[in-house]
Amino acid sequence: MKKVTIHIMPKQGVLDPQNKAIQTSLNALGFSEVEDVQTGKLVELFVKDHAEIDKRVGDMCDKLLANPVMEDYHFEVEEAART
Amino acid sequence: MKFAVIVFPGSNCDRDMYHAVKNVLGMEADLVWHEHSNLENYDAVLLPGGFSYGDYLRSGAIASASGVMQQIRAHAEAGKPILGVCNGFQILLEAGLLPGVMLPNKHLSFMCHHEALAVANHETPFTTNYEQGKVIHLPIAHGEGNYFADDETLSALKKNNQIVFTYENNPNGSAADIAGIINSDGNVLGMMPHPERAVEKLLGSDDGIRLFQSLIENWRDAYAVNA
Repeated sequence: MKKVTIHIMPKQGVLDPQNKAIQTSLNALGFSEVEDVQTGKLVELFVKDHAEIDKRVGDMCDKLLANPVMEDYHFEVEEAART
Repeated sequence: MKFAVIVFPGSNCDRDMYHAVKNVLGMEADLVWHEHSNLENYDAVLLPGGFSYGDYLRSGAIASASGVMQQIRAHAEAGKPILGVCNGFQILLEAGLLPGVMLPNKHLSFMCHHEALAVANHETPFTTNYEQGKVIHLPIAHGEGNYFADDETLSALKKNNQIVFTYENNPNGSAADIAGIINSDGNVLGMMPHPERAVEKLLGSDDGIRLFQSLIENWRDAYAVNA
């Protein structure tokens, strides 16, 4: 069993309006040092061992989990204890 | 002409679409649940608005991976017309049948009102009954209608006349004021405004009816000349 942690973030140049709103809010709370905010998604998968796990997870991201037009992704694979 | 209105869990403009083609235009139409669909006997596919699969992951993403999409792709490849409105447009983008993607509206709010649109290309099978450049009024109702594509895609859309409707007063931040685009083969149209909700004066506008009339007339010219 493997645990796959996938980070999905908007590509550079894609303006997600919620980031500006979050930044303004943090600044208003007194955290004036915050100059930029990027938000994305974190997806955890628990998958059976597979010889081509990197390729399979890449395909999952390309086909469904991320939209390559606006998002980049990277992922880590680690051993997971069977539950 | 026979229309299939595809229904996903969370579709909510399916009956509006059905009403427009069936009752107002007098065509044959079926509401087709996405799991039991055989689209072979339909001349046109309509992807209605709503929140398919609760907009989980990204708007339209889960529906675009649904089994019915293979048939919709085959329908598109056969050159038959497909209209995606609102969430239907988002599904077509996620499925890669149209280029680009939808971001949340510039000011983050869900918007629901009539917008003025210009008919930017009246030479598509969906728009021949409009005059080029004509300003029409259709309702919008979306939180994610801020069209985004890279510069290369945008120039290709402009060069090939694939931008079909543009906002007169861009409400959501869409690139190039885009409200609707068509694929390069000219048979798959996606648009955020709702023509099916503007087919009777009672609804505040009947500017949407010409879109369906264009589609029906062009289909008759192509397939049913002697029928």
